[in-house]
Amino acid sequence: MARFRVCPDSGFYFDKSAESLMKVNAVAAAVSLLIAGIMALGVILTRWQEVHLLPADLFYQALTLHGINALIFWIIFFEIAIMYFAASTLLRCRLAAPKWAWTGFVLMIIGAVMNNVAVFQGRSSVMMTSYAPMQAEPHFYLGLILFAVGALIGCFVFLGTLVIAKDEKTYEGSIPLVTFGALTACIIAVFTIACGAIILIPTFLWSIGYINHIDAAMYRLVWWGLGHSSQQINVAAHVSVWYLIAGVLFGARPMSEKVSRSAFLLYILFLQLASAHHILVDPGISSEWKVFNTSYAMYLAVLASMIHGLTVPGSVEVAQRAKGLTKGMFEWLRKAPWDNPVFSGFFLSLIIFGFIGGITGVVMGTEQINLIIHNTIYVPAHFHATVAVGTTLAFMALTYLLIPVLFRRALFLPWVAKMQPYVFSAGMTLMILFMLGAGTLGVSRRHWDMDFTGALLSFEYPGTAYVMMAVAGIGGVLGVLGGVMYLVVTVGSLVFGKKLDESAGFLQSFGLPLPAATYNISRADPVPMAPRLAVEEHGSAGFEAPGTFVLAMALLVCFVVYYFINWGYLASVWPLS
Amino acid sequence: MTSFLPPSERIWWKVPIGRQELVWIGIALVWCLIMFFMMPYWHLYGKQNLSNEAYQTTPASFQAKVDGMVEQYKVGEEAGMPVVRPPAGSDIYMLGRLWQWYPILELEKDKSYRLHLSSMDWNHGFSLQPVNINLQIIPGYEMVLTVTPDQIGDYAVVCNEYCGIGHHTMLGKIYVKEI
Amino acid sequence: MPQEENLQEPERIPFFQRLLENPFLLLFLGVVVPTVFYILWGIMEIATIPVAQ
Repeated sequence: MARFRVCPDSGFYFDKSAESLMKVNAVAAAVSLLIAGIMALGVILTRWQEVHLLPADLFYQALTLHGINALIFWIIFFEIAIMYFAASTLLRCRLAAPKWAWTGFVLMIIGAVMNNVAVFQGRSSVMMTSYAPMQAEPHFYLGLILFAVGALIGCFVFLGTLVIAKDEKTYEGSIPLVTFGALTACIIAVFTIACGAIILIPTFLWSIGYINHIDAAMYRLVWWGLGHSSQQINVAAHVSVWYLIAGVLFGARPMSEKVSRSAFLLYILFLQLASAHHILVDPGISSEWKVFNTSYAMYLAVLASMIHGLTVPGSVEVAQRAKGLTKGMFEWLRKAPWDNPVFSGFFLSLIIFGFIGGITGVVMGTEQINLIIHNTIYVPAHFHATVAVGTTLAFMALTYLLIPVLFRRALFLPWVAKMQPYVFSAGMTLMILFMLGAGTLGVSRRHWDMDFTGALLSFEYPGTAYVMMAVAGIGGVLGVLGGVMYLVVTVGSLVFGKKLDESAGFLQSFGLPLPAATYNISRADPVPMAPRLAVEEHGSAGFEAPGTFVLAMALLVCFVVYYFINWGYLASVWPLS
Repeated sequence: MTSFLPPSERIWWKVPIGRQELVWIGIALVWCLIMFFMMPYWHLYGKQNLSNEAYQTTPASFQAKVDGMVEQYKVGEEAGMPVVRPPAGSDIYMLGRLWQWYPILELEKDKSYRLHLSSMDWNHGFSLQPVNINLQIIPGYEMVLTVTPDQIGDYAVVCNEYCGIGHHTMLGKIYVKEI
Repeated sequence: MPQEENLQEPERIPFFQRLLENPFLLLFLGVVVPTVFYILWGIMEIATIPVAQ
């Protein structure tokens, strides 16, 4: 039975059922991003105090919708698509149990719709965290549970595909690094979903009256195993996407398979411990637990991120230098394809994730420093640098790569696509930097009114805080514009984009397979091992990527300085013990 | 050759690592260890640490303790809320509920107090401004920490954990005076 | 003779590479480590908070 087609432009193999599943998951992700983006506009225009767009109830409703759609539905739908790509396409393997994969997808859709409906109805504005004993409607929790079950099925389809690929020897040697990164994401996802089940199932039963008490502290502990780890899936997934894009655009190979894979192993073992970042100022949990968990066991997962931070751009630099771009430190980077949104999106995601998201995350995850940051608007500033720029922009870049390959459409309005990563990251960076500043001045997150209208007592934030929130508002609007540009390009491409394959019609863009004759390969040749280098460069005494090393050292200097500035700031507040 | 193909060597584990990566891993590891040991160091030598002293409690029994303190040390009233001036060094209490921090505390500069915090209903966020100290207040748990206000002034307690529609009206006060 | 055997037999795969090539062992580790250190230890911490007098 013929089941594969080869993309004539990229040489990637697509299994018929995996291809449809990647398409529908990617489309569902884009719809979630659309909802998240519309709500983002409401949120940021309300936090901009001079505009103060929404009334309190609508603001909290919009914030709940924004959080869940952006942090759960958008990324996990997209990650399922990435996992299927990494297992089926990269290993040229049929997808394990496509019927199960469809079941999972349907459950995820039902769950996402159910949860959104609950929040839209207005009585479940409990934020993404839904801290008990604040209670949402039962279908709020049930929606999340169904979505999680569906995603779990997706994870096992991915693992099953790895097993089949190995049994049927669809590749030589070991799985590619990108697939290994997707495996890392899958493993973290399984832990995440397990935590979600442990906490959300009892909470659902409580909401319908079968259980009469949920312990508020236990809820926070276990919920963050879901809430934070879900964002660690992103880290593993977008690092894999970075490696993939570096490989596709530059033919970059990992500087060392051993180093990059070991770094992913550190993620598998320790990244999820950072769920403790949210529990650092909770009552009654010992400092030993806090210090061990918040530091991912002595910062070994941070070490892993710093390694990827060197090896991803390093692999690009090595590939570029091999092509003759060897002048000075940075010719390789200057002459990179900056007008290709796949590259600009990838590289901006890498830089902003590392310099802003990474550094702020480690600083505020320091046990004592968290005292001056917990629940201020510094926190969402941090995770917009990691998730909204790091992950989301990486996924956007990957979309531009996949539209011609997977959907067989040319990009619609390519000049908009060209500008999109710059507009999006400029807007988000502006918003992030000024929200970090406002957080340092104590402005709280998830707060409708920094004027405290209607309060019996009064307090005024300094004027600078208002200015910062206003600039953050401008940045946020620009970021939303960048999001609109992305959706215009992607939806436009699927509907109006030039067909690269005669038969890639409207329905094919939304999941229908191409005509049966297109899938004319029944058994693909095994994926060959990467060719050996003509000249053995491994283990050379010189620095293969000096420009990247300079960048890495710049990151380290920023990191060290900023870290100790925050200790200094902490030392100035009231003594506590 | 590329990241999305199987490694070029079957036994890739034995391919030696380039010097650049080794140097960077070394530097990064040292930095990670420094950051790790900063936390225990601050427990020993820093002045801002949580004691992690806490108790399981109930809203009713915590309320009783707050009321006891208010009755004994009330010195005035502001906006319908009692202002309490407990003696230096004593146990002081503040509760969070929808949507107030109760009561208003008046403290003496440079004196230490054992501050007890709990919530009557949902999660609340104790955010002392403009000092910017932030704590998570959870119903059913009583957090105890020793505070030593070192500056005179009017401080606000903002709630920075979302607690429903009136969240933004939830403000409390702590006054620090030289007595 | 031993030399010839070496040429015939594929080289033994080092322990760490075998670990990294076993998805289910990695899955096991990736679930057990955070479950023990974060979840179970954390639950013990909360469960042992003393009751206020």
